[in-house]
Amino acid sequence: MESALPTLAAASRALAAGTVSSLELTRACLQRIARLNPEINAFITIDEEGALQAAREADARIARKEHTPLTGIPLAIKDIFCTQGLRTTCASAMLANFIPPYESTVTGRLRTAGAVLLGKTNMDEFAMGSSNETSHFGPVRNPWDLDRTPGGSSGGSAAAMAAGMCLGALGTDTGGSIRQPAALTGITGLKPTYGRVSRFGMIAFASSLDQAGPMTRTVEDAALLLQVMAGHDPLDATSIDAPVPDYAAALPCDLRDVRIGIPEEYFGNGLNHEIRAAIEAVQEVYRELGATLVPISLPMTGHAIPTYYIIAPAEASSNLARYDGIRFGHRADQPKDLRDLYCRTRAEGFGPEVKRRIMLGTYVLSSGYYDAYYRKAQQVRRLIAEDFSTAFAKHRLTAILTPTSPETAFLLGEKNQDPVSMYLSDIDTINVNLAGLPAISLPCGLDARGLPIGFQLIGRPLDEPAILATGHAFQQATRWHAHTPPGVTP
Amino acid sequence: MSTDFETVIGLEIHTQLLTRSKIFCGCPNRFGAAPNTQICPVCAAFPGVLPVLNRAVLDMAIRTGLAVNGQIRLRNEFARKNYFYPDLPAGYQISQFELPIVEHGELIIEPEGAPSRRIGITRIHMEVDAGKNLHEGIQGASWVDLNRTGTPLLEIVSEPDLRSAAEAGAYLKKLRSIVRYLEVCDGNMEEGSFRCDANVSVRPRGAERFGTRAEVKNLNSIRNVMRAIEYEAQRQIDLIESGGKVVQETRLWDANQNLTRSMRGKEEAHDYRYFPEPDLPPVVIAPERIAAIRATMPELPDAKARRFRDTLGLSEYDAGVLTASHELAGYFEATLAGAAPADAKSVANWVTGDLLGRINKEGLEITASPVPAQALGALIAMIQENVISGKIAKTVFALLWEQGGGDPRRIVAEKGLNQVTDQGAIEAEVDRILALHPEKIAQYQAGKSQLLGFFVGEIMKATRGKANPGVVNELLKNRLQTS
Ligand SMILES: [Zn+2]
Repeated sequence: MESALPTLAAASRALAAGTVSSLELTRACLQRIARLNPEINAFITIDEEGALQAAREADARIARKEHTPLTGIPLAIKDIFCTQGLRTTCASAMLANFIPPYESTVTGRLRTAGAVLLGKTNMDEFAMGSSNETSHFGPVRNPWDLDRTPGGSSGGSAAAMAAGMCLGALGTDTGGSIRQPAALTGITGLKPTYGRVSRFGMIAFASSLDQAGPMTRTVEDAALLLQVMAGHDPLDATSIDAPVPDYAAALPCDLRDVRIGIPEEYFGNGLNHEIRAAIEAVQEVYRELGATLVPISLPMTGHAIPTYYIIAPAEASSNLARYDGIRFGHRADQPKDLRDLYCRTRAEGFGPEVKRRIMLGTYVLSSGYYDAYYRKAQQVRRLIAEDFSTAFAKHRLTAILTPTSPETAFLLGEKNQDPVSMYLSDIDTINVNLAGLPAISLPCGLDARGLPIGFQLIGRPLDEPAILATGHAFQQATRWHAHTPPGVTP
Repeated sequence: MSTDFETVIGLEIHTQLLTRSKIFCGCPNRFGAAPNTQICPVCAAFPGVLPVLNRAVLDMAIRTGLAVNGQIRLRNEFARKNYFYPDLPAGYQISQFELPIVEHGELIIEPEGAPSRRIGITRIHMEVDAGKNLHEGIQGASWVDLNRTGTPLLEIVSEPDLRSAAEAGAYLKKLRSIVRYLEVCDGNMEEGSFRCDANVSVRPRGAERFGTRAEVKNLNSIRNVMRAIEYEAQRQIDLIESGGKVVQETRLWDANQNLTRSMRGKEEAHDYRYFPEPDLPPVVIAPERIAAIRATMPELPDAKARRFRDTLGLSEYDAGVLTASHELAGYFEATLAGAAPADAKSVANWVTGDLLGRINKEGLEITASPVPAQALGALIAMIQENVISGKIAKTVFALLWEQGGGDPRRIVAEKGLNQVTDQGAIEAEVDRILALHPEKIAQYQAGKSQLLGFFVGEIMKATRGKANPGVVNELLKNRLQTS
C-alpha cells in the first residue's frame, strides 16, 4: 500500500522552514519505536534521553540559522558503530555491556552535522548473517510480514526504516548487509566504494570488505547522508583521500547518455520468476527514460561465494581474536588458568555462526592450507575486480543492473539451520564487495505475497554520483519507494 | 678419534626504534611510566579502532638498511602474525612476512685476534612490540602492562654465517654500534631495547648440510649471548657424541646456572597464520626518499675509523677504540676541534689514556664525563702552545675532573701554573742549581751522562714544574759542556 512516510529530504526542508521542530520529529519517532519495537525488535538500545537532548540542541541551532541538511534529523544507527558513552554490542553477548570511550568517525560526523541519534539497531552478531537471526538480542521481524526476516546483517536498520521509526539509518555492508535487507524491506540502501567512508570505530568483521552506508527511503535521502559520511579520515589508512563531490547536485540527470549493462550471469535459471519480471520492468522504465541497455557478461560471477567465504572468515578469525576477556567485554567467571579464560570467555561470548566463521577462517589460514585457500581466493578476487573493470570499459557503462537478492523475504527459521543456503542469499551482492565497487539497492515491486523486490545498480569506483543519479531517475519515474508495509501509516 | 665439530650461528635481533610516538597510534614512545598510562584504544585493541603507520619508522628502517648495504623494497606490505597472549591485545602482531623492507645486507666483523669476515643479513623487517605480563607481587593472577605495546621494532636476521661465540659477540657489538650511530636505537640489551635470539647448530667440520638447530632465547647481554652459544654448542656436540640426536626446539638461557633448557619443541610451535594486514594498504617508498635519506646518513664506524687512520694518522688500534661507540667518537672529534694546534695523535693519547682510564675506573659512560670535550681540547692546546707542561696538564685535568668542568685557561692563570719559558729566568735557576752540586758536575763530565736527569729534576722541583723542560735541557747541556 502506498502511504507517504516522510522522507529525510522533506523533513530537512520542513525543519529549515520552521514548520516542524526536531523535538516533534524525534518524539514521533520515539513514540513509534515504543509502540512497534517490542514486536519488530529493530533496536537493541534506545537512547531516548540523548535523542531528546540532541533534538533540543538541533532546534536551537536551526533557530540560529547554523544548521546543515541533517540538523535535527532522527537517525537509527546500526549497533556496530562505536558511540562514546552509549552501549555498543555488535549484537553479541561478548559486548553486551561494552560502552566505548570513543566515537566512530561516521557517527561523529553525523553528530557534528546536528543529526539526532535515536539508538542502536539490531543486527546479525558481528554482522555475520543474512537474516538477523544470529543476534544475541533475538531476530528482527520484517514489518511487511512479522513471520519473515528483514534480511541481514543490517536488519534492524532496515526494519526501523520500513516501519517509519526513523528518517534515515546507518548500515554496514561486507557481502550485501545493506543492500539485501534494503531489498527485503522495500527501502533504498547504498554501499559506497570501499574506502569512501571511514571504518574507524566501526567494529570490524572483514576489514578489506566492510563499508558503511546509508539506508533510507529514497536515493535523494541517501545522497544527503553520504555527503556527511564520506571523506578521508586520517584514522583509517584504507580510507580514500579524494574530494567528496556534491551528491545531491548530481541527482538530476538526462538518461539519454546513460548506458546500463545487464549481466547474463545474474539472470540464470535459479532466479525467482517474479523477481525476473520486476527487473525486466525496471529495464523497461530505463529504456523509456532514454537509457541504453547493454547485454554484458561477467564470467567470474560464479566464483564469488566461495571466494568470499574464504577471505571474509579469514579476516574475521583474526579481527575477533581481541575478544579474549582481558580488557573489555565478557569474561568467564573464575577461570582456572589462562587457557580456560580464553576458551570459556569465547565459548560463552560468541554465538554459533560467529564460531563457525572463526573456525573456517582459522582453517584456511593454517600452515599448509594458506596457498590452496587464502592465496588462491585473493587471486580470484583480483579476477572478479578485473571482470567488472573490463565490462565497464569495454561497454562504456554508467552502471550495471542486477537483482539485489535472488528471493524476497524468507521465513524466520527457514534457513538458519542450513548455513550454505543462507550464504547463497548474498549471491547477487558479494561480487561488489570483492571488487570494492559502489552499489545501491532500490525497491522495484512487490511479489504475489506483497513482499518487496529490489534491484541493484553497480557503479565504477568512486562513481557514487552516477548510480545515485541513475537510481534517482527511476524513483522520479516510479512510486515503489513510497510503498509502506501494511498497517504502517505516517 | 672424536670428530671435529663446527658451530653454526644465526642471530635474530629486535631493536626498539627511538621514534617520538608509537608505530600505529599517537601515544608517546616512552619507558618507565606507571603501567597502562601510555596507552589509547588503539594500543589496547578496542573494537573498531585502526592502525595508522608512523612514517618515521619507515625512515629508520631505510637508514638501517642502507647502513648494512641492504636492498630496500619499494612496495612494502604488512602482515598479521596471529597468536593469543595477554600482552598482545589484538591477538595478532603486525609485522612483515613475505616482503620485508630490507634484504641482502651484510656486516663486516673484526673479531679480536682473528681475520675480518663478511656476515650476511638475510632481512630486516618492521614490526610492533607487545606489552608485558607482570607476575610479581600477586597470587593466582597476573597484571598486564600495555605501555610497551606499539613500540616500533626492527627485526634484523643474519644468515647462519657466524662460526663462534666470539664472532657472534663481534657481530652484536658492530650492529649495536651501527644502530647507535644511526640514532635509531639506544642499543641497551639489559633494558631490552636491543634483544637477541640465537639459532645454534653444530656439524662435523667440512660437512655441507647444517645440523638441527635450537633457538636460544633470554639473552640480555653480549656476554650472555656468547656464554649461551658456547654452552649450547657443547651440549649438542656431547649429545651427538653420546649417540643422541639434536631436536629442533626453543631453549631458554639460564644465566644463573649457566645452561640452556628446553622451552618448547617443534610440535608445540605456533602456527601463526600469517596473512596480509587488511587495515594497512601497501606502503610505497619513492626512490627519491631513499636518496634523501642516503644523503643524510651519518659517517658509520668503519668509514670513520678509516678516516681516523688515513687522514688523522692515528694507529689502527686507536682508530678502533675511538670509533667503537658513536658517543666516544663524537667526544674525540669535539676534543680535537678545540685542541688546535695540537695534532690528532696527542688528542687520541689523552682521550684513550687519561680520560678513558678515569672513565673506566669510575664505571662511567663517556656521555657522563665530568670533563667536557671542549675543556679537554683547550687543555691539550695549552701543552702544544707551551703554556703548560704535560705534567702540569695532568694536574689541571685532575682539577677539571674534581670540579666537573671549567675553563682550563682560567685555572692555569689563577693558580699561576704558566710554564716559564723566559730564558733568563731559567738560566738563573740553572746556574743556582749547578753551583750547589760541583761534585755531580764532575761526575757528569767524567762520563756519567745519566746525571742530566738529576739536574733536570732539581730544576723542575725548584720551579714547581713550570720551567719548560725543552729549554731546561738545552741550557743544561750547554752549561755542562762548557764548564
Ligand atoms: Zn596508543
